[in-house]
Amino acid sequence: MSADGLDPVTYSILLGRLEQIADEMDATLYRSAFNPIIAEARDACHGLYHATTGATLVQGTMGLPIFVGAMAFAVKAVIDRTAKLDDVGEGDTFIFNDPYAGGTHLNDFRLVRPLMRHGRLFAWLASVGHWLDIGGNVPGGYNPRATEIYQEGVLIPPVRLLRKGVLQQDVVDILQANTRVPRSNWGDLNGQLNALDLGERRFQALIDEYGDAVVSTTLAAASARAAALMRENISRLPDGVYSFEDYLDNDGIVDERLVIGLDLTIKGCAMTLDFSRSSPPCQGPVNIARSTAVACCYVALKHVFTDVPANAGCLDPIEFVIPEATFLGVGPPRPVAGYTETILRMIGVVFGALAKADPARATAAPFGTINALSLAGHLDNGERWVMFTFFGGGLGGSPHSDGLNHANNPISTATMPPAEILEASYPVMFTQWALRPDSAGAGQYRGGVGAIYEIEVLANSGADVALLGERGRYAPFGVAGGGPGALNEFHWDTTDGQRGTPPMASKVTGVHIAKGQRVTLETPGGGGYGDPKLRTEAAIARDLLQGLVTAAGREGQAARGRS
Amino acid sequence: MKPVTNAGRALVGVDVGGTFTDLAYFDESSRTFRTAKVPSNRGDEAAGFITGLRQLNTICDLGAIVHGTTVGTNALLERKGARVGIITTAGFRDVLEMRRRDRPKTWGLWGDFEPVVPRHMRLEVPERTLASGTIRTPVDGDAVRVACRTLLDAGAEALALVFINAYSNPANERAALAIARDVWPNAHVTGSSEILPEIREFERTSTTTLNAYLQPVVAGYIAKLDRALAEERFTGSFHIVQSNGGVMSTTLAQRFPVRTALSGPAAGVIAAAAIGRAAGFSDIVTADLGGTSFDVSLVAGGVPALAAQTTIDFGLVVRTPMIEITTIGAGGGSIAHVDRSGLLSVGPESAGSRPGPVAYRQGNTRPTLTDANLVLGRINAQRPIGGALNELDVAAARAAIDTHVGAPLKLSPEAAADAIVRVANARMAGAIRLVSVQRGHDPTRFAALPFGGGGALHVGALIKDVGLKSAIVPRYPGITSAIGCLIADIRQDRVATVNLMLDGLDAAALDRRMCEDGRALVALVQDAGLSIDRIDVQFELDMHYVGQTHTVAAPLPVTLGATGTGIDASRIGEAFETSYARTFSRLLGGTPVRIVNLRTTAIGRRPPFDLSALAPAAVSSAAASAHGSRPVWFDGRWHETAIYDRLALAVDTVIAGPAILEQPDATTVVDPDLAARVDRLGNLIVERK
Repeated sequence: MSADGLDPVTYSILLGRLEQIADEMDATLYRSAFNPIIAEARDACHGLYHATTGATLVQGTMGLPIFVGAMAFAVKAVIDRTAKLDDVGEGDTFIFNDPYAGGTHLNDFRLVRPLMRHGRLFAWLASVGHWLDIGGNVPGGYNPRATEIYQEGVLIPPVRLLRKGVLQQDVVDILQANTRVPRSNWGDLNGQLNALDLGERRFQALIDEYGDAVVSTTLAAASARAAALMRENISRLPDGVYSFEDYLDNDGIVDERLVIGLDLTIKGCAMTLDFSRSSPPCQGPVNIARSTAVACCYVALKHVFTDVPANAGCLDPIEFVIPEATFLGVGPPRPVAGYTETILRMIGVVFGALAKADPARATAAPFGTINALSLAGHLDNGERWVMFTFFGGGLGGSPHSDGLNHANNPISTATMPPAEILEASYPVMFTQWALRPDSAGAGQYRGGVGAIYEIEVLANSGADVALLGERGRYAPFGVAGGGPGALNEFHWDTTDGQRGTPPMASKVTGVHIAKGQRVTLETPGGGGYGDPKLRTEAAIARDLLQGLVTAAGREGQAARGRS
Repeated sequence: MKPVTNAGRALVGVDVGGTFTDLAYFDESSRTFRTAKVPSNRGDEAAGFITGLRQLNTICDLGAIVHGTTVGTNALLERKGARVGIITTAGFRDVLEMRRRDRPKTWGLWGDFEPVVPRHMRLEVPERTLASGTIRTPVDGDAVRVACRTLLDAGAEALALVFINAYSNPANERAALAIARDVWPNAHVTGSSEILPEIREFERTSTTTLNAYLQPVVAGYIAKLDRALAEERFTGSFHIVQSNGGVMSTTLAQRFPVRTALSGPAAGVIAAAAIGRAAGFSDIVTADLGGTSFDVSLVAGGVPALAAQTTIDFGLVVRTPMIEITTIGAGGGSIAHVDRSGLLSVGPESAGSRPGPVAYRQGNTRPTLTDANLVLGRINAQRPIGGALNELDVAAARAAIDTHVGAPLKLSPEAAADAIVRVANARMAGAIRLVSVQRGHDPTRFAALPFGGGGALHVGALIKDVGLKSAIVPRYPGITSAIGCLIADIRQDRVATVNLMLDGLDAAALDRRMCEDGRALVALVQDAGLSIDRIDVQFELDMHYVGQTHTVAAPLPVTLGATGTGIDASRIGEAFETSYARTFSRLLGGTPVRIVNLRTTAIGRRPPFDLSALAPAAVSSAAASAHGSRPVWFDGRWHETAIYDRLALAVDTVIAGPAILEQPDATTVVDPDLAARVDRLGNLIVERK
C-alpha cells in the first residue's frame, strides 16, 4: 500500500480504464458528428469532472487541448447555475455556450450531465463540440467586425436540455431557429448526446466493478499526484521573476497593437502567472474571458511539462493574476470570436517566460496564427459556395531538434483537408502548396518552416476574400539566442496588375477577386532555439541543399537576428 | 468463373520472422502435414528459407510456396528503403513533407520529421489536371526527361511519379510514366494512378513513394529467393501474402511491394480465423504477444476486419486495404517502470529480444514482462521457448523487479512481479476492448485466439478482464502465420475515385467501369497459378451525404456476370441507406447522396484446408503427459502447479487449473478458476470452470 492508502496496481489499471472511456466518448462523437470541424478537425472533448468543484478528473487523450483546459470552467458554470435547484439528478442534461462562463467562443456547445450513484451526485460528465453556425452577422460565427457578442451569434446560458431523460423540445426549437444550418447542428447535438450516453453507461459499469470508494480514492489520488508532480517540476526552476511580452497586430477594428505582458514568478514550488501588464479590453473580437485565459495557460504548461497527468491537479500550484481591466479577462458583451489568435499568443508568452527560467526545457515560438481564410462566391447555377479553412505553419526549435515543418497549432490536433478535396469541393485551383523557404527562425536548432499556399479562383463570377490572421507585424520569437521566424504575409492580384495587401496586417474583409486571379498566403515559421553559430555544418549544408534556407535568406536571417 | 487447378503437389507456407523462420508443409493428396523451424538469418533470409524447405521435402517436388514476409515492414520501420526520386506537378513538391499538417503527439511540441525522400530529390514538372479531370496544362515531356536524368545523377534508384488530380484523369501522369520508363534504367518506377487512384494527394503520394522506396529492396529479396529456388530446381509457383490477407504472385509483389507491409501478421490472422471457424468459433479476437508489441485483430462472423490505411510511423502512411491490426506497445520485452507520481506502467519502452529481458543476461538491467512471468513461475526457466537460450536467470530478474518496482511501491518481489503482469494484462485487455466493445460487439460472444509464443501466457486474464466467452490456443501457436500462408485465398483489390451524384446516375457507365475493373482483377487472380475452387468478385461503394467528409462503405448485392453487374441507382441507394443506418442510426432523407469511390475485389477461393491434419495422432492420457509440478504464483500466493506436455494430450482431455501446459514454441497458463479442454483438432479451449 502506498502513502495514500491505494493499491498501486488498482490505481494504475483503473486510471487507464477511466481514460479509455473518455477516449471512447471522443471517438463516438467524431464518427457521428455532422460537421467536419468535429468529424475531421476533432474540435471536441469529453471527460469526467468533480461533483462540487467541476475540476477535471479524467480526460480523453485525443481531446482538443484548449478544451481540455476549459472544460472545468464549463462544468463549474453549470454547478453554480444549478446550486439553487434541488431537483438536479438522474436523466438531466444541461446545454450552453456562454463563453464568459465556460471559456472559448459561441460556436462551442457544452453538454453537461450529472453522473448519479445511489441517488447522489458522484461526478459530472461533459461533452463539448464546435458547431458550424449559431447565427450572428457572419456565417460560421467569426465576425471580424464584431464589437459586441450579439453580433457573433446567439448566447445560451446553462439550461436543461434533458429533464429526467426527456428531451426538452422547447430548447431544441430555440437552438434550431437561431442557426443557418439546423440539420448540421441537430446531427452534432445528437452525436454529443450519444457520447454522453455511452460515457454514462461505461462509467457506471466500471464503478460497479470497482466500487464507489475505490474509484473516488483513485480520482482524488490522481489529482493529488498531478499537483505533487507539477510542484516538483516548478521547484526545479530557479526562483525569480521572469518577464516576457509579445503582441497582437491589432483587434481588426482599431489598428493598434495589443500587448500580452507576463510576469512569471517562481517561488519554491509555486508559480504565479501575472498578466496585469497586458492591454485593456479592445473593441474587436480578440478579447478572451478569464476561463479561456486559464485554459490556455494549462495548454502551455502541459506542452512543457508533458509528464504531468492531464487533470486539474496540474493547476493547483499555479496562481493566476488576470485582471478584468485587461483584454484577457473580459465579461459581456465584449466580442470574443477571434479568441484563437489571443490564446496562441498567450501560450507563446508562457513559453518565452519559461525559456528564461530554464532554457533546457524551452520551446521557441510556434507560428502563432490560425489564418482563417475564406473564399466565397456563387457558381454559374447561382449556388453559394464558401471555402473556409485554417492553415499551418512551423513550430519552434527545441534543445533537441529543429521545429516541425508545417504543423498544426498547439491548441489543436486538427489535420488539414487535402488540396484535392478542396479543389473537388470548390471552384479553386492551388498553384502552390509548398514549404516556405527562409521562413524559419535561425538557431542551433532552427524553427520549422511555414508554408506558401497560392490559390487561383476558377469561378466565373470570382470570389470574395476574407482573412483572419496574425503575426503580420510581430514575428514568432526565438529563444536562448535563436532568431525569429518570418512574418505572416497575405496578398492578392488586383485588376490593375498590382498586389493588394491587407490594411490591418493579416486581417481583411470585403475584397473581391476575379476569375483567374490569385490569393497568396505565406505563413510564419517557428522561432529558432539557441545561437545560430552553434548550428552544425552538416545541418547548414542540408538546409541549403534542400532549399529550405537560401544563401540570401541566411543573410536576411542574420539581419533579423540583429534587429 | 473457371477454377484453376494445380492439385496433387505439395504446398509450403513460409513465415520469416526476426528470430525464426517457420515452415508448414501440406500435401493435399496424401494429407501429410509437417512443420519446421530454423533460425532466421537477418540480411540473408534465403539461407534459412532454403534450409527449412530442405528439412520438409525435396524442394524440386514442391508444387507451390507461399511466403509471409517482414522484409518490407522492416525496411519501413528501420528506414532502410531505396534512394527514391519524386516527380510531381509544379507547385506540389512538398506534399510528402507537409503531410496533413499534423504533429506526432497531442502534448509536447518537440521533435521534427524527416520524409523518406529529401526535398532536393523531389522535382516538379509543368502539367496540370483539374479536379473535374479537365487537362489544363499538358505534361511537358522534355521536362520529365530532364527531371529523370537529374534524379538519376543524384543517385536515385527508384522513381515515384505523382500528379495532382491524377485520380480524376490519369492521362498526364500516364504520359509522363511512359517517358520515365523509357529513360529509367530499371523497373522501379511507380505511378500514383497505378497504385492508388483515389482522391487525397498526401495519402496517395505517401503510398506511391513508399512503394518506390520498397521496390528495389523487395525485388532484390525475391530475386535472391528465386535464384536459390532455381538452384534447387524448383518449378512450382511462388507467392507472397499481402497485407489484405490474400496472396499474390511474386511478379506482382515486385511491382506493388507496399502491399506486403503487413504480410506476416496478416497471414497469422487468416490462419486464426480458419482455426477458429473449424473449432466452431466464428467470432474471435486474435492476440499476438511479441517481444515489443501486442497485436489484436477482430474476426466477426469468420471474416477478419479490414482497414483502409495504416500509419507505420509518424508521417509514413500506407493506404491499401489491409487486415486491421491494432498494436499497443506491450510485449514480453516491454519494460516496467514506476513514474514519479507512483504510476506503474509496462511499455511502450522495450528491451526487445536483444538485449531482451534481464533474465537473458544480455545487458538489460530493467525488468520486463517476461521477467515478471519468470519470477512468478509461469515460464519454465529451464526450457525457455524459442530455444535460443539454455536457461533463464531467475535471480537476476527477481532482483531487477525488486529494485525498480518492488522498492518504490513497497511491494515484495512476488507482489511486484504480479503487479507488472496485471498492469500488462490490463493494457492487453484495453486493446481488445478497443476493437470489440468499442466497435459495438458484445464481448461475451467472442473468444480470444492467442498466437505467437507469448499470448497463451495471458489468456486467463484476457477472458476475465474483458468478459470473453473463452480462449482457443491453437495446436501450434508459434507457426500460425506459416499455416496462414497455406490457407490464404488469392486476392486483388482496386479502388477508383468516381465522384458521382446518385441522383441522375448514369448506371450503365458505372456498370461498364465495374465490369472493366472486375475482369482485370479476375485475370490477375487466374494468373496466380494456385489451385482455386472459384473466383468471387465483390463491389463496394464509399458514399456519403453531400457536405460530409467521412464516407460509409456500402457493399453492393451484385455479382459480375457475362452481361454486366445489373446495377441500378435504386439498389445503390438501398445499399447506402442500409450501411449508413447501421453505422449512424439516423438517415437524412432528402439530402443528396454522392458516390465517392468504387472498390472492387476479386478473391480466388482456395480449396478448404482440412485442419484435422494438425490434430493429435496418438492417444495418450493426461497422466502420461504430466511433467511434474512447480510452484506458480496465483492470486497472491504460491500454488504447487501441475505441468503438462501439451502436445502429448489426447483429444477431449480436460485439465483443471491451476496448470501449466508447455510445448516447444509456447506456454499456456491455466488459472485456478479456469479449465482447458483439448478439442478434436488439438486446440486447447480454455473456459471458466
